[in-house]
Amino acid sequence: MSWIDIGHIDEVPLRGARLVKTHIGCIAVFRTAEAEVFAATNSCPHKGGPLSEGIVHGQSVTCPLHNWVFDLNTGEAQGADAGRITIYPVRLEEDRILLDDSAVTRRSAA
Amino acid sequence: MKQRLVVIGAGMASGRVLEHLTDAAPDAFDITLFNAEPRGNYNRIMLSPVLSGEKTYEEIVTHDDAWYAARGIACRFGEKVEKIDREMKVVEGANGHIPYDKLVIATGSNPFMIPLPGHNLDGVIAYRDLEDTQQMMGMGPNNKVVVIGGGLLGLEAAAGMAAHGVDVTVVHIMGHLMERQLDEAAGYLLKKSLEDKGIKICLQANSKEILGEDGKVRALLLDDGTELPCDLLVMAVGIRPNTALAQEAGLATGRGIHVDDQMVTSDPDVFAVGECVEHDGEVFGLVAPLYDQAKVAAQALLEEDAAFMQKTLSTKLKVTGCDLFSAGDFAEGPGREDIVFRDPSRGVYKRLVIEEDRLVGAVMYGDTADGSWFFGLIKDGTSIEEMRETLIFGPAYQGGDTADPLSAVAALPPEAEICGCNGVCKGEIVEAINAGADDLDAVRAGTKASASCGTCTGLVEQVLQVTLGDDFQMPTAQPICGCTDLTHEDVRRLIKGQELKSQAAVWQDLGWTTPNGCHVCRPAINYYLLTDWPLEYQDDPQSRFVNERKHANIQKDGTFSVVPRMWGGITTPDELRAIANAADKYDVPTVKVTGGQRIDLLGVKGEDLPAIWSDLNKAGLVSGHAYSKGLRTVKTCVGTDHCRFGTQDSTGLGIKLEKILWGSWTPHKLKLAVSGCPRNCAEATCKDIGVVCVDSGYQISIGGAAGMDVKETELLCQVPTEDEAIEIVMAVTQAYREGGKYLDRLYKWLGKVGMGWVQAQVVEDLENRAALVARFELSQSIYRKDPWAEHVKEKARTYAPIADFTLEAAE
Ligand SMILES: Cc1cc2nc3c(=O)[nH]c(=O)nc-3n(C[C@H](O)[C@H](O)[C@H](O)COP(=O)(O)OP(=O)(O)OC[C@H]3O[C@@H](n4cnc5c(N)ncnc54)[C@H](O)[C@@H]3O)c2cc1C
Ligand code: SF4
Ligand code: FES
Repeated sequence: MSWIDIGHIDEVPLRGARLVKTHIGCIAVFRTAEAEVFAATNSCPHKGGPLSEGIVHGQSVTCPLHNWVFDLNTGEAQGADAGRITIYPVRLEEDRILLDDSAVTRRSAA
Repeated sequence: MKQRLVVIGAGMASGRVLEHLTDAAPDAFDITLFNAEPRGNYNRIMLSPVLSGEKTYEEIVTHDDAWYAARGIACRFGEKVEKIDREMKVVEGANGHIPYDKLVIATGSNPFMIPLPGHNLDGVIAYRDLEDTQQMMGMGPNNKVVVIGGGLLGLEAAAGMAAHGVDVTVVHIMGHLMERQLDEAAGYLLKKSLEDKGIKICLQANSKEILGEDGKVRALLLDDGTELPCDLLVMAVGIRPNTALAQEAGLATGRGIHVDDQMVTSDPDVFAVGECVEHDGEVFGLVAPLYDQAKVAAQALLEEDAAFMQKTLSTKLKVTGCDLFSAGDFAEGPGREDIVFRDPSRGVYKRLVIEEDRLVGAVMYGDTADGSWFFGLIKDGTSIEEMRETLIFGPAYQGGDTADPLSAVAALPPEAEICGCNGVCKGEIVEAINAGADDLDAVRAGTKASASCGTCTGLVEQVLQVTLGDDFQMPTAQPICGCTDLTHEDVRRLIKGQELKSQAAVWQDLGWTTPNGCHVCRPAINYYLLTDWPLEYQDDPQSRFVNERKHANIQKDGTFSVVPRMWGGITTPDELRAIANAADKYDVPTVKVTGGQRIDLLGVKGEDLPAIWSDLNKAGLVSGHAYSKGLRTVKTCVGTDHCRFGTQDSTGLGIKLEKILWGSWTPHKLKLAVSGCPRNCAEATCKDIGVVCVDSGYQISIGGAAGMDVKETELLCQVPTEDEAIEIVMAVTQAYREGGKYLDRLYKWLGKVGMGWVQAQVVEDLENRAALVARFELSQSIYRKDPWAEHVKEKARTYAPIADFTLEAAE
């Protein structure tokens, strides 16, 4: 696994998110606590709502369009809704956010 | 040989005497019980729930045939006692004599009938027994009933009949309802609740004559000439102790039958209990003291030591939806101080009267949960010096570090009275629970708590909950969301009461079950904090829905719509050119004129927002807050400037209002309009706040809506000057901001607090109006500004991706 530095943790607001643009779509990087980040696809499996615009609470995010709630550990939709978002490995090193490069590089269609 | 005991009257007092007596000494007496009513003891105070249909008569019978049989009591029901011969020690019933060794008189009282002309007509009744109740139950939606008397009984009668759809009018001689138990403010709230139930209420109304036709009541005539037609007239104006029998027998009587502390009359073999007695100059009209008397009388009959003592009383009203409590003395006076708490959104009023660091009176309306605690402080004369500041918030705030609503009950000492009717204290209930009573019915059976009027049911449930913990399932009010058990109202109250000034404080001190809330509670809490503490609390964008965080409306494809403000719907060629240029430059696919008189640019990409705002800002355009739970637009017509009908400068006023109100946050969106004359081209009467100009001034009406619900506004007031109109609009907005539940439109808030309350706060009480305006201004000193300019300056970066790998790859 190789990690790519995408920025300083303070560039993501606490209980907020920022976008990472890639060739395979947008990834949302969430900051759930002072030093806790998650990364997931930005697009809601329901109707494509932009998850980075949702309200972040606990280790979950609520989609701004129709309020589906996703657990950022597993990507599973909570409650009665069925659906899943892709979660990407991400970690913090000395306040820098490092994203697994498999998330951002074009994958072969193999 | 067994002594012979005769009891006259099978009412609430004598029922208790018999219970205590036969429990303590089952074989001491041969008992005969007379009752003029053709039935035995029943819970008279529950006639009101029978009337309203919430209970049946069978459910309120306290002692049935089997009970009398088991205790060996000879019942002579439906038989009136006509005479007492004290010399011979004989009681004369309608069907024959019976000798006694001891006699108990418990004849209760008679309803007082005002001797108006016509009071003997058919269909003029009192409210005392089952027969009266049944007559009222015979009324339906096609009937009209007039109730004379706005006290406890009259109102219960009125509400009971109104529950069956009867057209009921209450005629009351005083300036407010229940004047002996309530002060004006609480009386006012009560009136409003009753009016909401469809009951008409005439205050300061003097009855002159009861009009009849063929011997039957037809109408009540007031002395101002008003005629109130009715099929039934209920008089509930007071009671007189029923002393006739005793008086004839030569017993000492005054207002009631004189008794000493042992309930013995002037004849040592004759006892008296209940509403028929006079003790130490007082007569009685509520069951709590009668139950005490009954206990004492039973003990005295068994020659045990006991003495009756008068206590402070509290009152409640058994009308569903009218939650009131009053205790002690609440008249104003020198050396007395008031603490008042009002929560208009919940229709709550509480007033405490303090004299020399002691609580002497309490009146509450809408939320009476702490009633018994206050009542305890009054009865015990506890010094409240230490807790004066927070006293009004009740026991939950006294020293405890938790805001659990149950802690109020947990904090009560064992001797605190829970059930006023039956004088049951917390300790007895806890004892019963510990002995195995694990639900309400079991506690009722074991202690009688909540078994009479039932208003303490909630408290008893809370004692169960506190004592049993999770083993008891409480029926609960709707909490905000899964993060808490508290309701919006609770949280608003606690934020103010406990001075919680940050979200963290709310989560911590109010025991949130999640680390930092969820998408439901966070926006609400953020709103409550910023309205209550405008200077101390800083708005949290992360607790806002995306539209309010990004100051634009998200569309279904993830793009945004941008709406610049057009003050009062007025624009200029320069502004229009700037809008057109922006539309070109940012490839805006749709340009639309909105219903709020401005222009919407739809389909702007999120990343472009700061740039388009910056361009618009340069032309002097600012955010139109088209996305906010806050002031949206002030729609206007052209008024005197151009229209031949215009009476005032409606456009000018609209612009002024918008410049004052813009940027303010409210529980839900807030739309205004100003029309220049009653032709109402600006459609002001379906806005949250609408102003219609007339020759003589400005008509301000509120509570309109044109969304999923369509509602016409209701008139708040008319004022002569523009300045006053502006002031009223500001004050009403602030009252809504402070009281409204998050996501309640203004009309919903209005529905809860009532127009009368708003008028009192905003129109009539000038001092309060000024205070509201000042608080609004204070808040606006922070929020009256353009968020677009601010974001362009400070946050533009956050609108772009934190990293963009598509660019890298393209290079
Ligand atoms: C509709 C209603 C609602 C009420 N609500 C409340 C409340 O919420 N809280 C509260 O504390 N109080 C309430 N009260 C008042 C309460 O009911 C009375 O205080 C209580 O019933 C008085 O008890 P008592 O035993 O003295 O008289 P009663 O209960 O009136 O009993 C007296 C009995 O004596 C009988 N009697 C009279 N004369 C004779 C005679 N010569 N021979 C034989 N029998 C005779 C009568 O028929 C009657 O049945 C209410 C009263 C009414 C009518
Ligand atoms: S509301 Fe009256 S003043 Fe305004 S445009 Fe219409 S007619 Fe003219
Ligand atoms: S698009 Fe996310 S909940 Fe509908």
